[in-house]
Amino acid sequence: MNDMTNKWIGARTIRPDGADKVTGRAQYSADTTMPGMIWGKLLRSPHAHARIRSIDTSKAEALPGVKAVVTQKDIVEFALDKSVMLGIQDMRWMCRNVMAREKALFHGHPIAAVAAISEEVAAHACSLIEVDYEVLPHVIEIEDAIKPDAPILHEWNQFEGKPSNIAGTMVLKAGDIEKGFAEADIVVERTFTTRPVHQGYIEPHACTVSYAADGRVTIWSSSQGQFMVRAMTSLLTGIPQSNIRAIPAEIGGGFGAKTIIYLEPVAVMLSKKSGRPVKMVMTREEVQRATGPAPGSLSTVKIGAKKDGTIVAAQGTFYLQAGGLPGSPLRGPVGCSFAAYAIPNVLSVGYDVVSNRSKVAAYRAPGAPHGAFAAECVIDEIAQALGLDPLDMRLKNSAKAGDKAIYGPTFGAVTFKETIEAIKHHPHYRAPLDKAPRPGVKRGRGVASGFWYNAGGESSVQVNITEDGNVVVTTGHPDVGGSRASIANVVAELIGVDHARVNVMIGDTQTIGFSNLTGGSRVTFASAMVATAATEKVIGQLKERAAKIWGIEAEAVKWEDGMALPAGDNAGKFPPLSLKELAAKANEMGGPIGNQTQLNTTGADPGYATHCVDVEVDVDLGIVRVLRYTAAQDVGRALHPGYVEGQIQGGVVQGIGWALSEEYLYDAKGRVDNASFLDYRMPVCSDVPMIEPIMIEIPNPKHPQGVRGVGEAPIVPPLAAIANAVHDALGKRFYALPMSPPRVSARMDEAN
Amino acid sequence: MSKLHVSTTINGEPVEFLCDPSASMLDALRGPLGLTGTKEGCGTGDCGACSITVDGRLVCACLMLAVEAEGHEIGTIEGMAQGDELHPLQRKFLEMAALQCGICTPGVLMASRALLEKNPDPTEEEVRFGLAGNLCRCTGYDKIVRAVLETAAEMREAAR
Repeated sequence: MNDMTNKWIGARTIRPDGADKVTGRAQYSADTTMPGMIWGKLLRSPHAHARIRSIDTSKAEALPGVKAVVTQKDIVEFALDKSVMLGIQDMRWMCRNVMAREKALFHGHPIAAVAAISEEVAAHACSLIEVDYEVLPHVIEIEDAIKPDAPILHEWNQFEGKPSNIAGTMVLKAGDIEKGFAEADIVVERTFTTRPVHQGYIEPHACTVSYAADGRVTIWSSSQGQFMVRAMTSLLTGIPQSNIRAIPAEIGGGFGAKTIIYLEPVAVMLSKKSGRPVKMVMTREEVQRATGPAPGSLSTVKIGAKKDGTIVAAQGTFYLQAGGLPGSPLRGPVGCSFAAYAIPNVLSVGYDVVSNRSKVAAYRAPGAPHGAFAAECVIDEIAQALGLDPLDMRLKNSAKAGDKAIYGPTFGAVTFKETIEAIKHHPHYRAPLDKAPRPGVKRGRGVASGFWYNAGGESSVQVNITEDGNVVVTTGHPDVGGSRASIANVVAELIGVDHARVNVMIGDTQTIGFSNLTGGSRVTFASAMVATAATEKVIGQLKERAAKIWGIEAEAVKWEDGMALPAGDNAGKFPPLSLKELAAKANEMGGPIGNQTQLNTTGADPGYATHCVDVEVDVDLGIVRVLRYTAAQDVGRALHPGYVEGQIQGGVVQGIGWALSEEYLYDAKGRVDNASFLDYRMPVCSDVPMIEPIMIEIPNPKHPQGVRGVGEAPIVPPLAAIANAVHDALGKRFYALPMSPPRVSARMDEAN
Repeated sequence: MSKLHVSTTINGEPVEFLCDPSASMLDALRGPLGLTGTKEGCGTGDCGACSITVDGRLVCACLMLAVEAEGHEIGTIEGMAQGDELHPLQRKFLEMAALQCGICTPGVLMASRALLEKNPDPTEEEVRFGLAGNLCRCTGYDKIVRAVLETAAEMREAAR
């Protein structure tokens, strides 16, 4: 079921959760309260790196109003020598991230927690906890962390036979890299850096937890996966999953960073010890210091090409800054940087570097923007050196169906070229640009492309016909940006009823089957697939009921526009039976109508994006402004175009922030120096122009509606596209982000 | 420290509450008053998620002491719709998909309404500067700006 005559698929319907969200009724993480509830607060490390010799909580426990104190002893320890994985998260690191054990690994690392009758009392009690620290030298930047004499975070971690801050590597290869470079007419090698950036969701982490006397726990929190909340809390507290009900609150932004937890296991133990419901809410400063961010990076990319622009070899070396515990998203830069291109000889290597900052969390296409920044800037430089249009150079090298991807599989249809063509033929790319509109102002245009794997995975859904003949769909995925609206469109289309008669809800862990995280651009793909399967089964039931009423075979019944009809003249003449009529007769004709479907979905083809941007640079002040932005992407099928466009527009603006203004700054003691929304400068409304999305709809043949994930790919090209545009404006290449006013000014001064 | 008694008006209704002297208006709204539609994103006046109006003027509730509400008229997101009739901005935000996660939406709507009350015919640039105090991380602002401009046009048309 997928064509342009669809009534609801592709319609800009009102989202099922919309009215709640514009009236303030929607319940987010911090909006829940419980009778008898008390408040939890974390004591955090004042040092960037310190051994914890002892923790004395006796004074805190004695403070009136304190109901419970929790330390590392209350959190399940996972031994360092044995990996226990939950998805991509290693519980050895998660248990140490939630509560420091041997060492405090960053400024802000949780050391202990208190629950008390008020936030003020809890905070005062935290200040009474005495921690004996052995302060150690710290290291923040990648360049420093990989030096031979760097302070070592984890003495047990060895690299090349020595204690090291390199905690992991990833290598992908194709062909013979040396031979490839030998065949090249031009070889360009450059080194790039990006700063750590925060996902920047506006809703701080929060949870309310109730541990009952029978050992059953209820958790209200927002996350990108209530099942992840349940599983991690279970692993870190020892409480079986069957006794943990994780209720997904509305989520106020996640962008990847809410695929792990920080507070829930601590709150559970505080609630268990106190016998009271416990609420914990992070401040913005805590969020900025101790959650996320995405890693900083140090990348060297070397690309060799023939005179006609054919790329014959590409080599990438990517260091990502993991934070205090291992786990950088190496597969982002290592796998994605060259994936969209057919390059015979590739060597792509990633290093996971630990340093004394908070453990990184996923951020939209994790790691891919870092790699694309390097690779797409080098491609631009080669195109310029060869006198080629940068889009033509990309077209020439685009991967095609049947090519073997650097990361393993053989590509089916590759729709990268369509995104390049869309930009090439868009008026933006051909529009005249006055490159020096006023004294002191230069303008430039840049392009870049991006690739993301996309994903399928586990998804569960229930589709139930209500007694009055309407539809309730329950999925297991938190909705970060309109997935409920998309599912309502699909189910309304299939059943043939008005979308307003389809209500889509998100189930909690004990009421819906296992569903994996909302992330990796998988949820609309996976949940539309399972919703389709379940709805088709429901329609089968409805046809059976009609057949039974009419006394004919089920095969002789068809379903159209929300009604059962005889399939043809041979089936007999019967007046149609509507969904409402069939629902009314459900119980006498065989019982309730509904279906639960649970699948491990497959067939998520990759996402491709190509962007074009115009910038204006104030040469004296070093301010770079984005004037115009056009983003083309193959979205497969836009179930709800408004929210597909929104994914593209939002991803682009996050990319603009990454390129121009956002960065973590550290002081000499290794403390984050800009842990606020004032000093951590995300784009505001007046910083950016309209973002024009070009949705290319080439249906994914492996999905019932043709869906392709859309959320990640839009953040991959902007960093390089903007850097290439700044180069076009100034004639200078920037190899370090952000291109913020101080850096741009310094570069201009250098030139003068 | 003992609590202070505050008499104020919230969304047109007389309200009394008790609060600590140090409590912010945001604490009071989200706590004893149970008006959790006003969100806390930063607590430092940088994100605008807690935007309310005080005597019609746009304010970050996190930067105002609760006791300062005494004798004033407070407006919050809960008072924006009239019963089940959405304000034109609320309706337009839904029609134009001008929200994704929705956490910034109450503040953005309050700021947009305050903007349109002062300037019923804003340019795109005026909307962008009018909403520059409201961070949104999901939408890239495009659909928000379009929704505000379109609502303004509709409201002008309706007022003719």
